[in-house]
Amino acid sequence: MKNLQAKHRRSLLLNAPHLLWSIIFIVAPLLMVAIYAFRDRSGSWTLDTFRSLFTDKESALNLLFIFRSSLWYALLATAICLLLAYPLAYFMAHAGKRVQRNLMMLITVPMWMNFLICTYSWIAILSERGGLLNLLLARLHLPEQTILYTPKAVVLGMVYNYLPFMILPIYTVLSKLQPSLVEAAQDLGATRWQVLRKITLPLSVPGVISGVTMVFVPSVSTFYISKKLGGNKNQLIGDLIEAKFTTFSDRNGGAALSLILMVMVLLSMVFMRRLSKDDDGAYVAG
Amino acid sequence: MIIDLKNVSVAFDSQAILKDLSLSIRNRDFVTLLGPSGCGKTTTLRIIAGFLEPDAGSVFFDGKCINSLPPYKRQVNTIFQRYALFPHLNVAQNVAFGLKMHKLPKAEIAQHVHDMLRTVNLAGFENRSVASLSGGQQQRVAIARALAVRPRVLLLDEPLGALDLKLRKDMQLELKNIQQQSGITFIYVTHDQEEALSMSDIIVVMDEGEIQQIGTPKDIYDEPQNAFVADFIGESNILDGVMLKDFRVRFAGVAFTCVDKGFAQNEHVDVVIRPEDIDIVPPAEGLLQGTITSSTFKGVHYEFIVDVQGFKWMIQSTDAQTVGDVIGIAIKPEEIHIMRKSRYSGTIGDYSCFSDEFEELSNPNEDTAEDTAETEESP
Ligand SMILES: Nc1ncnc2c1ncn2[C@@H]1O[C@H](COP(=O)(O)OP(=O)(O)OP(=O)(O)O)[C@@H](O)[C@H]1O
Ligand SMILES: [Mg+2]
Repeated sequence: MKNLQAKHRRSLLLNAPHLLWSIIFIVAPLLMVAIYAFRDRSGSWTLDTFRSLFTDKESALNLLFIFRSSLWYALLATAICLLLAYPLAYFMAHAGKRVQRNLMMLITVPMWMNFLICTYSWIAILSERGGLLNLLLARLHLPEQTILYTPKAVVLGMVYNYLPFMILPIYTVLSKLQPSLVEAAQDLGATRWQVLRKITLPLSVPGVISGVTMVFVPSVSTFYISKKLGGNKNQLIGDLIEAKFTTFSDRNGGAALSLILMVMVLLSMVFMRRLSKDDDGAYVAG
Repeated sequence: MIIDLKNVSVAFDSQAILKDLSLSIRNRDFVTLLGPSGCGKTTTLRIIAGFLEPDAGSVFFDGKCINSLPPYKRQVNTIFQRYALFPHLNVAQNVAFGLKMHKLPKAEIAQHVHDMLRTVNLAGFENRSVASLSGGQQQRVAIARALAVRPRVLLLDEPLGALDLKLRKDMQLELKNIQQQSGITFIYVTHDQEEALSMSDIIVVMDEGEIQQIGTPKDIYDEPQNAFVADFIGESNILDGVMLKDFRVRFAGVAFTCVDKGFAQNEHVDVVIRPEDIDIVPPAEGLLQGTITSSTFKGVHYEFIVDVQGFKWMIQSTDAQTVGDVIGIAIKPEEIHIMRKSRYSGTIGDYSCFSDEFEELSNPNEDTAEDTAETEESP
């Protein structure tokens, strides 16, 4: 009994730094957001902040539109990331050790750079006059492209910034896949294509799920990318929240919007979980 | 001949793993590849299955060269060292996998899966997930999955290695039965010599990527071709000897009558005498005398280590002896087996550093088997 208590205390002690870290950096900010969302400027509890978001029809519609386009951009970016990342991760997992190391470097280097800098570089590349892309196209006698300050640029920025978060989990799952499973399938008469469809893809679902989550969640809440690459035409929910805090110095309104966004993200994560569980169910059924 | 390996060589990182290996396997035989860890058994199977292309030499199936035929087109199936069951499929789907790949009609697949699971005593387990099965049950799913596609040749890579001793004995009988009833050629890998002796039609003894001897279990046991085979199969006392003339050999300083001939006069040879073939007699009646230095009771018999002029012999007998006693050693001519010298001569066959602990170390397979307590539930 005493022993057990001592053990318990020791594990508490060992976990203390982690616990402290979580409280300071995760729980406390969340609490702050919630507190601000349910208070007004004078500091008394109220639901008015939420109500005011939807009072007049125009601002409600506007908000709905912004939410919808944020969701749509995030979904598009996630889908593109998945389509690019899976083949690349597959190739990496099957390449030689040296190639794997080098590719890993290439993929992670952009993650070390500040993403503001990356985004500014994209402005330089995409800008209509003197942009690298159009200079190159002109050299090749191809028509000029207007990408900057269009939705394309926003999605491109998202894909560029979040692609590594899709590649890495898929690569991890694929490189841990037992080679003997693939061999067993070939042995039983599966062609390369059948092995991919019946063995590799189903077994890499967990990596895909975590990649999708890691790209979708930051994409849906991103700001700055849309502001800088999308011009002012394509405001997303993240930009709106930022504007509330900075331009309008309306902390309560910003907090309320953040809370709504958070609930949405949580719901979509639950949905994803459900989806992967259903997949497991599908294996059993047939 | 269903499978012919002709002068097959394989090297990894410029290290030769298989050296000019040739092996013919008859249809419907139970052939065992036997050898110490790392001698190239799995590599040989991978070449036959098609996962590895030999650097040199050819593989023939039914007389046709299949060097570049991909695995999925070969009528050869494998039971992997660790089963390799598909974790996202249940038992029935695992067994059905190969049939689905061959695009058989649904009803036929269902019927066949049912039959296969009955054959391996797993009826009623159809919807269980493979992770929930015991080692022995997983093993049998792997067998059913491989047999379901009706291969001509089944490759089994230490299929019983992870099972405990009793379950292993049962599965040995079951596998042998399945092999005889299905008429499928089995190529079986093990480093357990008892398993090899009791199950095989033909044993192939390998070491360091070379075949040391091919023969029936009785051939291999009674007529080992060199010191390695003699030592690897059962216990052997291997002594340095000189052929004086036909039917006459001298070892341990004494001339013995034997039944071998055809050696050059005064040719140096290896002499093998199995521990159970030696008779313990009163000192005066033996050609050799020795002192018992240790005695171990082994159930049916005793095992003695006997010091004869500094060379340690192993002798097995059903009669007890006292450590420290001097005994006489008698050997009948037909129990003396003469082998030509090989590169193994002089390196093995002396029991001076022998102990049970050492034996366990050199046979890791049995260790793991006894450590993994496997509980087998039948449906
Ligand atoms: N892909 C590989 N790359 C490099 N070396 C390898 C490879 N596969 C096998 N080897 C080497 O080849 C040798 C023979 O291996 P193999 O797996 O055939 O042995 P084995 O007889 O099956 O041994 P065990 O009884 O331990 O399974 C070993 O020394 C092993 O390290
Ligand atoms: Mg092996």
